Amino acid sequence: MTIRAEIEDQFRQVAVEYDRRLAPLTDNLELLNSGLDSLCFAVVVVRLERALGIDPFSASEDAAFPVTFGQFVSLYEHAAK
Amino acid sequence: MNMRQSSPLSLRDAVSKADEDPEPFIAGLNSSVALRDAVTASVLDGRGEEFHRRSVLVCTEDQLSAALALFELDGFARRIVLYPPDLSLDHISGVAASAEVDAIVTDKMIECADPIPTVRVTRCPKNIVSRHDKCSSTIHTEWVLLTSGTLGKPKLVVHDFASLTGAIGFGGRSGGRVVWSTFYDIRRYGGLQIFLRAVLTGASLVLSDASEPPADFLARAGKCGVTHISGTPSHWRRAMMTPASTRINPRCVRLSGEIVDEVILRRLKATYPQARIVHAFATTEAGVAFEVADGSAGVPAEVLDNTPGIEMKVVDGTLRIRSDRTADRYLGADVPVLKDADGFVDTGDILEMREGRHYFAGRRDGRINVGGFKVHPEEVEAVINRHPEVEMSLVRTRKNPIIGAVVVADVVLRSHSKPVDCDLSALRNDILHLCRAALSAHKVPAAINIVSSLAVAESGKMMRSHA
Repeated sequence: MTIRAEIEDQFRQVAVEYDRRLAPLTDNLELLNSGLDSLCFAVVVVRLERALGIDPFSASEDAAFPVTFGQFVSLYEHAAK
Repeated sequence: MNMRQSSPLSLRDAVSKADEDPEPFIAGLNSSVALRDAVTASVLDGRGEEFHRRSVLVCTEDQLSAALALFELDGFARRIVLYPPDLSLDHISGVAASAEVDAIVTDKMIECADPIPTVRVTRCPKNIVSRHDKCSSTIHTEWVLLTSGTLGKPKLVVHDFASLTGAIGFGGRSGGRVVWSTFYDIRRYGGLQIFLRAVLTGASLVLSDASEPPADFLARAGKCGVTHISGTPSHWRRAMMTPASTRINPRCVRLSGEIVDEVILRRLKATYPQARIVHAFATTEAGVAFEVADGSAGVPAEVLDNTPGIEMKVVDGTLRIRSDRTADRYLGADVPVLKDADGFVDTGDILEMREGRHYFAGRRDGRINVGGFKVHPEEVEAVINRHPEVEMSLVRTRKNPIIGAVVVADVVLRSHSKPVDCDLSALRNDILHLCRAALSAHKVPAAINIVSSLAVAESGKMMRSHA
C-alpha cells in the first residue's frame, strides 16, 4: 500500500469511528474542512505511526502543521525518504 | 493589596461604567448585546425574583444566554452552578444534589431525580426583557465551577466573586479599545476569567461557539476587531491549521490550560509578530497564579518567588499555591480537602527545575490533559477491563503534535486468550468500540497496544510514569 493510500485509509477509518462525514480527499482540501476535528487528526497521526513507522512531527519539532490534505501527504512522503 | 475588601459585591455592580466609543458588546454566534443592556436585561423572562436566595443551576447550550443569566443571578441567588456544555447530562442529578440546587435555568430538556423548578430560556436575544428587580444586590453569591474528577464524576469547586476577580483590575483601562475573545467556553474557569476580565474593564467580548468551525470563528473574531484572545495550546495549534488564522490581528495572545512548548510559542510569534504572547498558569481550584511573557516555555524561577499576592512553593515535586484567588472548598459528600491547614492548594502539577527555569512535567496522579480535557487513566482502564478477553490494562499519555497529548492503552489479554494476528485487529476494534460507547471522545484511546505484561510495583499498584 502506498503512503497516500494508507493515509486515505486512516482518514476514512477515523471518520467512521468518530462518526464524522469525510469530504472527498483532494490535495487542495483544507484539513479543517475535511470533516475531522483536532482529536481525529491526533488519532490519525498515532495510527499512521503504527502503520508506516513514521512520525514526521517528532522528527522535526519545527514542522509546520500542514494546512491541506496534499501537504499532509507530502509531509509523510518526504519523511519516508 | 487586598482585592476582597475593595471589590464590588456583584457582577452587575462591577461592570465598568466608563463611557466607551464604540459601545462595548458581548457577541455570540448569531447575536450581540451591548454591555450596558446586558446589565439591565433579563433572559429569565423577568422572573429573576424567583431566584432570590436560591441555588441555581445554569445549564444552557447557548453561551450568551448563560452570560446574561450571570448578570441577573450574581448578588441575587445564593449559589450559581455553571454546568459546562460538554458535560454529560447524566451527572445533573448528582450535581444538583451536591449543590442543593433548587432552581434551574436551561434551554435543554433536563430530567432530574427530583423535579426542580425550571426556567426555560431560548437563544438570545429573542427573549430579553427589561429587568425590574425589587431586591438590590445584597447577597454574597457562591459561584460553583465543575471540573472532572476520577471515574468521570465532576468535582464542584466553590468560588466567590472576589476570588474569581482577584487577578483583574476593576474600572477603566488605558491603551485603546480592547476586544477580548476566547476559544474557551465561559462555563469553564479559563473562559470565565476572560468573560469577567472583559466586562469588568469595559472591553467587548466575542464568544466562541462549539458548533462553529475554527475558520469561521476566527473570521468572525477578526470582523469584530479582536485585540486580545486566549485559548489552550491545542486551540492555537488547531487555529494554526487554517489560513483563517491571519484573519485576526491581536495585540495579545494568551495561552493556558496545558503545558506550553517552544514550538507553539514560535509559531504564534511568526503568525502574530506584533502580539505580546503570554502563557499563564491557572487552575479552577488554585485560581490565576502567574503569567510568563518572555517568549519561552517553562517558568523563570523568580516568577514563583516574586509574584505579588501569590505564594508558591514546590513540595514533594508539585506546585502549591496560596492566594486570595484560590477556591474556598469542594461541595458535596465525601469530597477531598481543597486546601491544606496552611491554606495552600496542591495543584498536583509536577515541576522540574532546569537551568533556572521550572518546567511542567505532567501530573502526580497520572491525569492526562487531552486538548484541555482531563482524562483520568483509571476511568478508561475500568472500561477496557470490562472486555471479557482483557486481564488488565494501563492507560497512559502519548505526546501529540496537534492536541499536546493523546491517550493510549497497553492491554494484557487473559491467559486463555491467544488470538492470531488477524484476530488482534478485530480485538483492538472491539475494545475501542466498548470505549466509544462508554466514554467521551477525548478519553477513547488513540491506540490499543497488546502487551504480554505490565509492571506492577511492590504496593501491588501498576507502575505509572508521569508526563
